[in-house]
Amino acid sequence: MNNMIFLKAFIVGGLLCVIAQLLMDLTSHKVTPAHVLVGFVTGGVILSALGLYQPLVNWAGAGATVPLSGFGHLLAQGAIGGVKEKGVLGAFSGGVAATAAGITAAVVFGYLAALAFRPKG
Amino acid sequence: MAEVKDSQPLEIQKKEYQKMVQEIQPKPTLGRNVFWAFVVGGLISVLGQLFLNFFQARGLALPEAGAATSTVLVFLAALLTGLGVYDEIAKFAGAGSIVPITGFANSMVAPAMEYRGEGLVLGVGARLFTVAGPVLVFGIVTAWIVAILYYFFR
Repeated sequence: MNNMIFLKAFIVGGLLCVIAQLLMDLTSHKVTPAHVLVGFVTGGVILSALGLYQPLVNWAGAGATVPLSGFGHLLAQGAIGGVKEKGVLGAFSGGVAATAAGITAAVVFGYLAALAFRPKG
Repeated sequence: MAEVKDSQPLEIQKKEYQKMVQEIQPKPTLGRNVFWAFVVGGLISVLGQLFLNFFQARGLALPEAGAATSTVLVFLAALLTGLGVYDEIAKFAGAGSIVPITGFANSMVAPAMEYRGEGLVLGVGARLFTVAGPVLVFGIVTAWIVAILYYFFR
C-alpha cells in the first residue's frame, strides 16, 4: 500500500521524539532542548556512519529525515560522499554542502521572523 | 478565621500548605508527556512526508525533494514561532516539538526575537545560534571525523 509510508513516518517520527522525551524526563541531569538537539544530530551522524540510519530512512521516509537525527545522517553521508569524490578536501566540503538548503533556510527565515515579530507578553 | 489550626506553628502550616498544593497541582505525568511527544512528533513527520510526496510528484529527485521539504518545514516553524503558536504547541508536545527540524528552527527564532533589543548583530545575529551553534559544531565535527576515518580505513 502506498499510504503505508504515512503510518511508518508517524510511528518512527513519533518514537524518536519519545526517546528524547524519556531522556528529558527520566534522567537526573538537566537535559535541555539544546542537549536533545545536539544529541540527536550527533547520534544521527554516528548511526549513519555505521550504516544503520539509511535503512530507517528507506523504511520510514520523512519519519527518519524530519527529526534532527536525519540532519546528522545528511551531514555524514555528504561528508563521506565528499571523500569519495574529492578525497580529503571532500571531508571539509561534503557535509555542509548536503545540508546547505536546510541551514540557509533556517538562517534566512529565522532572521526574517525575528525582525518581523515581537515576542508575546 | 481564628480556627484551631491557625494556632499551629508557622512551620507546620507551611508544610501542610505545600502538601496541599502538591496534591491539588495537576502533575504532567510521564505517560502524558510521552503520549503527546509521540503524537506531535509523528504528525510533524507525516506533514513532512506529505511535502516530500508532493515535491517528488512535481518531478524533483529524492534529495532535492528532501531539501525542499526541510525548507518548507523550517519556514512554517519560523512563522509559527513568530506568531507565538509554536510555543503553545511546545507546552504540551515537549520533545515532540523539539526533535523535528521545526524544533531546530524554533530554537533559532525564539531567542533571536527575545533579544532583539540588544541589536541586530549581538541580539538577533548572535542569538539565532544559541542552540543552532552547538548543533552545527557537534554535527559538523562528528561528520568530519567520520569522513576522515572513511578516507583512511575504507
